[in-house]
Amino acid sequence: MRERIMQFVFLLCACFSVAAVLLICLFLFANGLPAIQEIGLWDFLSGTQWKPSGNIYGIFPMIVGSLYVTAGAILTGVPIGILTAVFFVKYCPQKLYRVMKPAVNLLAGIPSIIYGFFGLMVLVPGVQKVFGTSGKGILTASLLLGIMILPTVINTAESALRAVPASYYEGALALGATREQSIIRVMLPAAGSGILSGVVLGIGRAVGETMAVVMIAGNQAVVPNSILSGVRTMTANIVLEMAYAAQLHRGALIATAVVLFVFILLINLSFSAIKKGRTI
Amino acid sequence: MKRLLRLYRRTPGSFLILLFIYSAAVLTIGTMLFLVGHILIRGIMHLRPSLFALGYTAENVSMLPAIWNTVYMTLLTLLLSVPLGIGSAVYLVEYARSQSRLVRIIRTTTETLAGIPSIVYGLFGFLAFVLFMGWSYSMLAGVLTLSIMVLPTMIRTTEEALLAVPRTYREGSFGLGAGRLRTIFRIVLPAAMPGILSGIILAIGRIVGETAALLFTSGSSPRAAIGLHDSARTLSVHMYCLLSEGLYTNEAYATAVVLLIVVIGINGLSGILARKLSVFASGGGAE
Repeated sequence: MRERIMQFVFLLCACFSVAAVLLICLFLFANGLPAIQEIGLWDFLSGTQWKPSGNIYGIFPMIVGSLYVTAGAILTGVPIGILTAVFFVKYCPQKLYRVMKPAVNLLAGIPSIIYGFFGLMVLVPGVQKVFGTSGKGILTASLLLGIMILPTVINTAESALRAVPASYYEGALALGATREQSIIRVMLPAAGSGILSGVVLGIGRAVGETMAVVMIAGNQAVVPNSILSGVRTMTANIVLEMAYAAQLHRGALIATAVVLFVFILLINLSFSAIKKGRTI
Repeated sequence: MKRLLRLYRRTPGSFLILLFIYSAAVLTIGTMLFLVGHILIRGIMHLRPSLFALGYTAENVSMLPAIWNTVYMTLLTLLLSVPLGIGSAVYLVEYARSQSRLVRIIRTTTETLAGIPSIVYGLFGFLAFVLFMGWSYSMLAGVLTLSIMVLPTMIRTTEEALLAVPRTYREGSFGLGAGRLRTIFRIVLPAAMPGILSGIILAIGRIVGETAALLFTSGSSPRAAIGLHDSARTLSVHMYCLLSEGLYTNEAYATAVVLLIVVIGINGLSGILARKLSVFASGGGAE
């Protein structure tokens, strides 16, 4: 009898996460969809003006902002992350590894508010000095997000590279390739899907990042025209205006979260698709 | 160096790649050192005793209430999410058949939860707990939101820890006549303890560092919370508030130092604990 009861309790616990996802969907969609309906889906997604005072809600600038900033983060973070993972797997002496690995883990544990603060105090003045702009914009946000996704990329790429059989590497060496040629031509392609899933995880983190971005991206709700101009991401849009929004304005912000949520679901889907297709 | 150059004389491309690899590693570690060093060096000199005064006023902007709130919030969140997480993982590993439909659904939803950005959690908490339940900005709303947020971390780490417990442990226990429940509580969970603990520590790290999910759920009252219905800002939210008011950069540096030291402490602790406990567990297994 007790066994039965406890099994049921464990089952309930396990079903809790299902219930949580359903509840999140329910609350977001129930509050966001009416607003989308009122604004019109196409006007909402493709409208280039966001003027709550004039009851105009178009989140195209925010979608573009999120995409630009994420692309920038991938461009800066992924190459450095993959190369660092290669260093860990093939070049790093054991002693150094014991220091560097915890350092990377610490990078993963630093709260985003501290990253944002660091960006505000160091990166923004730096960009300001070099380019003579306000310093807040796509470039700054991309650099900071690139740093923030480093640990994700490094850790997944490292375990993917470690899963490549040693015979691949040795075989390439035996055929006369240099160490670097073996790594680039043999190991990286073999670890490809694992590395890619790390990149997708990084994309998810960059798209969803809020506090760090809101402090350094400038937050202008207009379509940016250069890499230095300020942008507002979808996440920033929510955080900036939720505190005082009401009625349709609040609905539009929740609808922004719905769009963000759909983005994240798509990223998740591609992540599990990559994971399923993995050979190593 | 000369030896290196001779080695790569005929393959300059490879040498270039070697340089890239080394500079990437240097860049990664350099960034980390610079970030931590910058915060510590700039921040420590702004740590004043008045920042730790008992009560918060606009003059002293004390962070002590925020520290209390952080500890309070962390404990309550763990109280909810740890049993839930361990229970789910036990069901997934010990009871469910691994290919059943339910398990697949649970896996998918857990992965979905793990990918949801914290601002979406915050918005959900705001809609569900603050508005729908009518609790206004409160500890309770914050705790419930965070519990859902750290649940996937708890489930995943506990699952991995349970899976790492050798089959023979369970079979031995069954062979001695213990039931499933007794086997789980007496044999499997104790053996999986190090992994579970490191999951809890990971969760603590996420709770302490969280801002976006709390801004619209537990709110930003700078006073120490006592009841569950009090609004309360944690240390991270405190830092955000200081920055958004724009007058307190030095105080924000000081708060960042405290936050960073906590995070470094948590990270170090998880490393040490995992090493110690795994030694203990393998020693226990040999008995």
